[in-house]
Amino acid sequence: MATERRQFTAFSRLLHWLMAPMVLSMLGIGVAMVVSVANYHRLVSLHRPLGMAILILVVMRYVNRKLHPPPPFPPTMSVHERRAATASEMMLYGLLCALPVVGWGMLSAAGYPIVFSSSLHLPSILPHNLRLYALLRKAHTVLAYLLFVMFIAHVGAMLFHTLIVRDGMLLRMAPWNRRAQEKDAPTGAGGKSGETSDETGG
Amino acid sequence: MTNAHAEAQRPALSKGGTLARCAAIGGVLVAITGSLAYLGGWLTPKDLTPAEFADEFERVAGVHAGFRRNHAKGVGVSGFFDSNGAGARLSKATVFHVRRVPVTGRFSLAGGQPSRADAPETIRGLGLKFSLPDGEQWRTAMNSIPVFLVKIPAAFYERLVASEPDLVTGRPDPAKMQAFLARHPEAMRAMHIISSHPPASGFANSTYSSLNAFFFVTTAGVSTPVRLQLVPLDAFEPAATPVSAQENKQYLFDALIGRMQQGPVQWHLMLVVGQPSDPTNDATVPWPESRERVDAGTLTLSVVEPEETSVARDINFDPLVLPAGIVPSDDPLLSARSAVYAQSFTRRAGETKQPSAATSAAAGK
Repeated sequence: MATERRQFTAFSRLLHWLMAPMVLSMLGIGVAMVVSVANYHRLVSLHRPLGMAILILVVMRYVNRKLHPPPPFPPTMSVHERRAATASEMMLYGLLCALPVVGWGMLSAAGYPIVFSSSLHLPSILPHNLRLYALLRKAHTVLAYLLFVMFIAHVGAMLFHTLIVRDGMLLRMAPWNRRAQEKDAPTGAGGKSGETSDETGG
Repeated sequence: MTNAHAEAQRPALSKGGTLARCAAIGGVLVAITGSLAYLGGWLTPKDLTPAEFADEFERVAGVHAGFRRNHAKGVGVSGFFDSNGAGARLSKATVFHVRRVPVTGRFSLAGGQPSRADAPETIRGLGLKFSLPDGEQWRTAMNSIPVFLVKIPAAFYERLVASEPDLVTGRPDPAKMQAFLARHPEAMRAMHIISSHPPASGFANSTYSSLNAFFFVTTAGVSTPVRLQLVPLDAFEPAATPVSAQENKQYLFDALIGRMQQGPVQWHLMLVVGQPSDPTNDATVPWPESRERVDAGTLTLSVVEPEETSVARDINFDPLVLPAGIVPSDDPLLSARSAVYAQSFTRRAGETKQPSAATSAAAGK
């Protein structure tokens, strides 16, 4: 029980570490493909199915998150930090969902076939309309930069907690299971705060 | 390190230690940002981007809001393709099953000026979108020349720069084009081949070529290099003298509209089967005349309409929108065409549309 309470569920952690390299690759592919002449087609052919895969995974992840509340925050975090952390987490889910949906809408409005694999084609979700396409194309860029900022903030905050505050924040999402007897690093400061953190955890 | 140590050290992180850790965090964030900046081309500003191709088209022809950056002048057409099944031997693409598929297309003249006067020597384009079952599509953008003007994207850019209008005369400087051709013997050879194939009198009796090669793939996975050709059923006649162009700036488009009012215009879709010795990555080099040509079916275009009402205006005839059974070859022009067409498409999508000069006549008919 203690293991479950201190870490995200194994499935959550699996999804997190599956998606992390996908999202980082996607940011790289995205900025590279719009300036690439020689590799444009190859990158676009990766970008579209990868985006659809991320959409499926982020929906699964959000549902999973609702079914399994996360473990408590470390006691080193103030109420404001906890609110900010939860808000940025929700914003990341939102962006990871919005970017593929806007991309899908963009392709629909541009009248392109929406290719997931050579044999699976998705339906259009919007009418063929160039104005709409132009708008969504801009939105896609803005949202992607926002995702980049959130990604950097997420990594930065996590490293700050892990290396400077040293409250074991990263262990909540560690790919490995924490052993039950392992002392929770942050609660060393006082077991009492470990209890109060529960409320914001969910 | 044991947890006991970690706890003992926590309050005692030295100033230097904190600084080192902060530097490590900064290093990670800079590394991520730097990698993305590199991938996004910010650190290599000399590399050609699709946007720079589009910018160069705009420098050559001016910015014409709402129009394609190249092949700006055109009309929409529609009809169908009747496959006779012969192509199925080379590709599993459903377009080669015995069936009729609807086609939307666009006839155009090369160049970025939508109101430029028709001229017999201007390259004619035919963009086609085959709408296949299950939402699949095949798009192609063919041209009325037997080989392409350049081999690689960078040379295309150089050629565009060489055709920029001179600031004083307002016309391209022939010396610059000569210098370009001298630097690119393959482009010079292509020019000779193109000039030895005089243009036909109109759009309807022109032969259109994919120029780039593709690989056709069968269900068994057998891959064959193929170039496409549309061979007209209308008889070839040499191009009219430019006198008619002076009388009527839309004479080629008017002739096409007149021809299509008489009845549908048809082409055979020929699949030119490449041999291992035929280059698939060099569109300036013709394949031998003796190569096998498979007649895959008949393209029938029966409706012509102005761009303002045609869905063709809003289609990007990207030659890399391919059905399963056709894959890109190693021709570097293909990815470049896809990238630059997308750039042009995105630019014009956000602009207010203007009526097309080519179709002002058609609109009244």
